[in-house]
Amino acid sequence: MKQAVPEISPYIPKWAEISRIDNLTASEKLFEMSLLNKEALGHMPGQFVELSVMGIGEAPISVSSAPRENSSFELAIRKVGNLTSAVHRLKVGDRVGIRGPFGTHFPIEEAKGKDLLIVAGGIGLVPLRSFIHFVLDHRNEYGDVIILFGARNPSERLFLNELDQWKSREDIKYLDTVDRPDPNWEGHIGVITTLFPEIDIDPAKTYCIVVGPPIMYRFVILEAKAKGIRDRQIFLSLERRMKCGLGKCGHCQINHLYVCQDGPVFRYTDIFALEEAL
Amino acid sequence: MELQVIDKSDLSRFVENLLMNYRVEGVRKKDGSFNYGSIEWPEELFLDFDCTLIPPKKYFLPPKETLFQFATAPSVEVTPVIQDNPFILFGVHPYDLKAITQMDRIFANGVPDPHYLKRRDAALLISVDPKRVAPRSFWVDMGAATVSNGFDLMFTDIGEGFVVEVGTKKGGNLISQYGKIRQATKDETLKRANARFQLTQLSRKEGLSFPKREIPKLLEHSKESLIWEEQASKCLSCGSCNLVCPTCYCFDVQDEMELDLVHGERLRRWDGCLLQDFAKVATGENFRESRTARYRHRFFRKGLYLFRVLNDVACVGCGRCSSSCLPDIADPVNLLNKLKEREREGGI
Repeated sequence: MKQAVPEISPYIPKWAEISRIDNLTASEKLFEMSLLNKEALGHMPGQFVELSVMGIGEAPISVSSAPRENSSFELAIRKVGNLTSAVHRLKVGDRVGIRGPFGTHFPIEEAKGKDLLIVAGGIGLVPLRSFIHFVLDHRNEYGDVIILFGARNPSERLFLNELDQWKSREDIKYLDTVDRPDPNWEGHIGVITTLFPEIDIDPAKTYCIVVGPPIMYRFVILEAKAKGIRDRQIFLSLERRMKCGLGKCGHCQINHLYVCQDGPVFRYTDIFALEEAL
Repeated sequence: MELQVIDKSDLSRFVENLLMNYRVEGVRKKDGSFNYGSIEWPEELFLDFDCTLIPPKKYFLPPKETLFQFATAPSVEVTPVIQDNPFILFGVHPYDLKAITQMDRIFANGVPDPHYLKRRDAALLISVDPKRVAPRSFWVDMGAATVSNGFDLMFTDIGEGFVVEVGTKKGGNLISQYGKIRQATKDETLKRANARFQLTQLSRKEGLSFPKREIPKLLEHSKESLIWEEQASKCLSCGSCNLVCPTCYCFDVQDEMELDLVHGERLRRWDGCLLQDFAKVATGENFRESRTARYRHRFFRKGLYLFRVLNDVACVGCGRCSSSCLPDIADPVNLLNKLKEREREGGI
């Protein structure tokens, strides 16, 4: 074998120190952390990192903050498995391992000057928040921006302060809904597709960016297409079990694609024909 | 390159010399089956085997491999672990060598994997041509009866001795330093060519009913075939086919803690796409929940997905999956012939 073999293992993480922890819901927390080497994470909206706690393991987690100049970034984490439960027990000042960022990102360049229809279902708001923050930071570079957010019930809604801010902004349109309301809920009721009749878009210049649970994609894509949005202008982010992040271990494979490298953000036309994608 | 000959009476001495200077891994016979293991003395090394239980991939991608060690106190610290201890792997059949060559490309492709590549660089491969074929092997059909590269040395049994082809400088130095060799005569060269020709005729009785190059197209055509479900309905999801496959390399990444709860290691472990939870995520969603989806994925991966990277089918015809599959559904020949028959009938 002729090619040079790297001396350093791509499995060795960098270290990050937790600087802030916010409780988002009963099962989700937001962790702000900084790389100890003071470097910026260098991610793009939509990318993920492999987060690890030594002795517990590693898991792929999307970055929830927009790219920043300093070394801090945010991960919003639902407590659902071994690793995420361990992360939820950590305190400010504790250290975690970070590999990455990995994967593709939302089309921040391609969609410049276009209108955006951002559709978030439940925890799908976590990766989309990075994109939304980016767009709001560069608001004049994009056309009309519509954000639709659906949650199963009000208690699962994340980033409440930010949702309120988005709602009150004049330069974007924000609509939300819950499937199952509680007595205090005064907003829209129904699955996320029931918000579509309330929006008015120019389909030729609209990019639709969708992130949510697997079941949501099929229905949201149908609605987007019914609105006339081109298949090529629909993007989505897929969840899989990315174990290595390096396109090797096989866990995240969708047919010939590795979600960790070819995704997690895909253009709809690149995956709609793949049996295992949606 | 000039061919050399080592007489069988001198082989034991050669192995002995290797053992004095290197770690030697090779094929041993135990309870009627063949397997790779450490060779302690020359008599242990077996060169006339049909097929080993586990392929030699374990030397480059061990079943359980430390990626790094760590300590969590007093502060978190990581110690890199990359194994590059030189060793000799003696007795690799051409089909397994072909699988290793494919895996070399996969682990060098994209983000190069030093854990694999360093082990691989440290190995000296002595290949040996088989003299017999295991009942389920079909390497002839997969174009892997003989190989012309990938080895440091290649041994071919011609009766009274082995003809040795030198594949690399490393291999050439090894044989001239430790072996008593002489140049092959014309007759011996002919005998070798004949032995290798015989290999290409050693096909299994019920071999592939069509040329290998048609496999990707056939699979593409058969995506929706009912045969997948017919076959997979008997699948036990045990992952044995993955385990024994020389081109299966999927793995899981895990942590293991020592009892002091301070020291531990991150490791990777062989995993298998036929296992039920292989594509399951933490929220419970399983992206290949059905046995049919998992069964089909394995064949598609070998014949379609990896074909994109290797420009070759990632099956070398060793037949290990067939012999290890309890319900006997893993045999690629059987499955592919079934799909082909359906295609010939005009169906899927």
